[in-house]
Amino acid sequence: MLKLKSPHEVKELQLCLEASETTRPCISVCAGSGCCASGAENVLQALRRELEKRGLQGTIDVKSTGCHGFCEKGPVMIVWPEKVFYNGVSQSDAKDIVNSVTNGHKPVEKLLYKDPNTGQRVLHEHDVPFYARQQRILFGNNGKIDPKDIRDYIKVGGYSALGKVLTDFSREQVVEAVKCSGLRGRGGAGFPTGMKWEALRRSTVRPRYIVCNADEGDPGAFMDRSLLEGNPHSVIEGLIIGAYALEAEQAYVYVRAEYPLAVEHLHAAIEQARTAGLLGENILGSGMDFRIHLVQGAGAFVCGEETALLASIEGRVGEPHPRPPYPVQKGLWGKPTVINNVKTWASVPVIINKGADWYASIGTERSKGTMVFSLVGKINNTGLVEVPMGVTLREMIYEIGGGIPKEKKLKAIQIGGPSGGCIPASMIDLPIDYEALTQAGSMMGSGGMVVMDEDTCMVDVARYFMEFLEEESCGKCFPCREGTQRLKEILNRISRGKGEESDLDLLDDAGWMIKETSLCGLGQTAPNPVLSTLRYFRDEYLTHIREKRCPAKVCRELIVYQIDETICDGCHACVRVCASDAVLGEKDKAHSIDSGKCIKCGACLEVCQPKAVLVH
Amino acid sequence: MPHVEMEKVEPLLEQYEPQRINLIPILQDVQETYRYLPQEVLRRISQKLRVPLTEVYQVATFYRCFSLVPRGKHVIQVCLGTACHVRGAPRVLDRILLDLKMAGPGTTNDLQFTVETVRCIGCCGLAPVARVDNKNTHPHLTQAKVGGLLKKYQDKAEASRTAKPDEASHAEA
Repeated sequence: MLKLKSPHEVKELQLCLEASETTRPCISVCAGSGCCASGAENVLQALRRELEKRGLQGTIDVKSTGCHGFCEKGPVMIVWPEKVFYNGVSQSDAKDIVNSVTNGHKPVEKLLYKDPNTGQRVLHEHDVPFYARQQRILFGNNGKIDPKDIRDYIKVGGYSALGKVLTDFSREQVVEAVKCSGLRGRGGAGFPTGMKWEALRRSTVRPRYIVCNADEGDPGAFMDRSLLEGNPHSVIEGLIIGAYALEAEQAYVYVRAEYPLAVEHLHAAIEQARTAGLLGENILGSGMDFRIHLVQGAGAFVCGEETALLASIEGRVGEPHPRPPYPVQKGLWGKPTVINNVKTWASVPVIINKGADWYASIGTERSKGTMVFSLVGKINNTGLVEVPMGVTLREMIYEIGGGIPKEKKLKAIQIGGPSGGCIPASMIDLPIDYEALTQAGSMMGSGGMVVMDEDTCMVDVARYFMEFLEEESCGKCFPCREGTQRLKEILNRISRGKGEESDLDLLDDAGWMIKETSLCGLGQTAPNPVLSTLRYFRDEYLTHIREKRCPAKVCRELIVYQIDETICDGCHACVRVCASDAVLGEKDKAHSIDSGKCIKCGACLEVCQPKAVLVH
Repeated sequence: MPHVEMEKVEPLLEQYEPQRINLIPILQDVQETYRYLPQEVLRRISQKLRVPLTEVYQVATFYRCFSLVPRGKHVIQVCLGTACHVRGAPRVLDRILLDLKMAGPGTTNDLQFTVETVRCIGCCGLAPVARVDNKNTHPHLTQAKVGGLLKKYQDKAEASRTAKPDEASHAEA
């Protein structure tokens, strides 16, 4: 691609790309990590082979795009220009899909989404209940553009916000716009972005750095990954605008090593942006110089904490240090540094293009704009969801999420990763915004939302998070290092039926102590999963302690597997899968379980068709 | 301990400015090349970057990506993210360990497999998942699927051993 020399040339290129758009059909296949794991690569290959076989390469395009969000139904695709939405596609469907395009776009019925409420097939993405209630201002372009082709991004208006800023905005005006938009940090804590930027501008120290935190460590969250994979240029554009406003010449993007595809796409995007004159020296003829460095994490949850992340970029162990000084005062190599999350940076071009007032009109009084959640766990429609702040949990779970599988009862919603907490089903009408979630004992976090049903044990969930945090605590400060270990020990004790009632007070006391005295955000929020489950699910703890029973039948040492001989049809499936030869009985005769040998792995329960395996 | 091919280190180091900021990227490259961080190589890095060996060691042991002992030919990462956890990942992990006759995550004696746990690879929609060799993601795992999963890579391992006897003998040396 030729080097663009001015904002005007970006605009011209966009118009030119728009004009060259033909009515040629295009099959956009989601090739995000989720759909790829479901076989999207094979579907893409099959489609290309089919087109080649029939000599249709120049007539129908095939495009691999980023994540469309509906991971549950992957691989998904959209056929343009009719915008027909297909789900659960496999490579054997390639022929039918191509046929339908060549035969006047008669859709392939069996690949259309079936609305479980009405039983009707749905033609378009926006009619699918999962998408209908969303407002996709960050993720909307994911299904349209090829993340590896900068021209696709420019065609949908990409880099026009940068053009606007370079021609019409002073640096102060950019900061003002971000401030007025009400944008708050999307990484978790929700600090107002405009205020952070203003604080940096007050510093006279040079050079200044900006950093994009893409160390999305919260288990159960994959929004940042999907944005980097599907639309890396939106993040790059946000960074360039930030660099202009903050007079920074260099940025670092710190990406988790666990996200190889995101790294690949971002790397390619940075190269393309450089070739196009959007990065490097004299960007778009403005005299501004700016470079972006890509840094890969090496697997440490604590590096999501900003001071630890900076240490890691510098090549040191990722240990946090006390704030103040904040990174805006003393950041990377002791210089003023602004760190924002991936989604925060990607929101910046939207704010510039659509206006701060427009952005501020979305959401609630104190939480503006949209929030992206990964809706996962015991939910029918798992995937990525972008909604205006303030929607209720009920809308999320039942309208967008399609409810709980197998008619089970909703028990709790875990929001905010290990720093967050569990909100009980009784609070389902809670609106989602920063303050409401914090008051409920959880937090917005980076947007992981894990749905739990009656088969999830809350003691086990608390134990799980403590195990995670104990492992990930960097060990620098005592309360976090020792405290998480002690909490885990107590929870282990309870889940084995060896807890005492006084343990609950101990959990509570120790939890508050860790919260108050830890050095960084990791420790200060670490007890949240314990404290919130204690607050809302105390009875479940007590059942473990008093009755030595796990109501959700999860805690291994408190359950026994049995086979109901009146139901068992002797199919032998459980015998084959049993890891410890604990299932006894001949084929076609009722089986039984030798509880002495049983290791309670639950494999028999998984495979039993007639549901003869019982858990007590 | 296998023989360390030191001749691979210099070309790798030459790609980087000898600065501290490059310590982690260099260690990542070394990890990828050798499948672990050999002691001799860490000494060389320390010398070249002028970073004390204790600090190189500190970084090498702090981050989860690095290993000071050789890893297996195939690395199975079992995701223990929250979504995978509530959908049964711990049981899948146990079954993998049981089938490979391992007491806990680590490397098999024949250096064919390394089993490790990761906290979320961002495929929560397909939980529980495991990723093999950093590229093949296996969705919706159950205990019943574990046998087939391992067999797939065991076969590949066998096949590559017959195809490239030299390489295989190194791995086993």
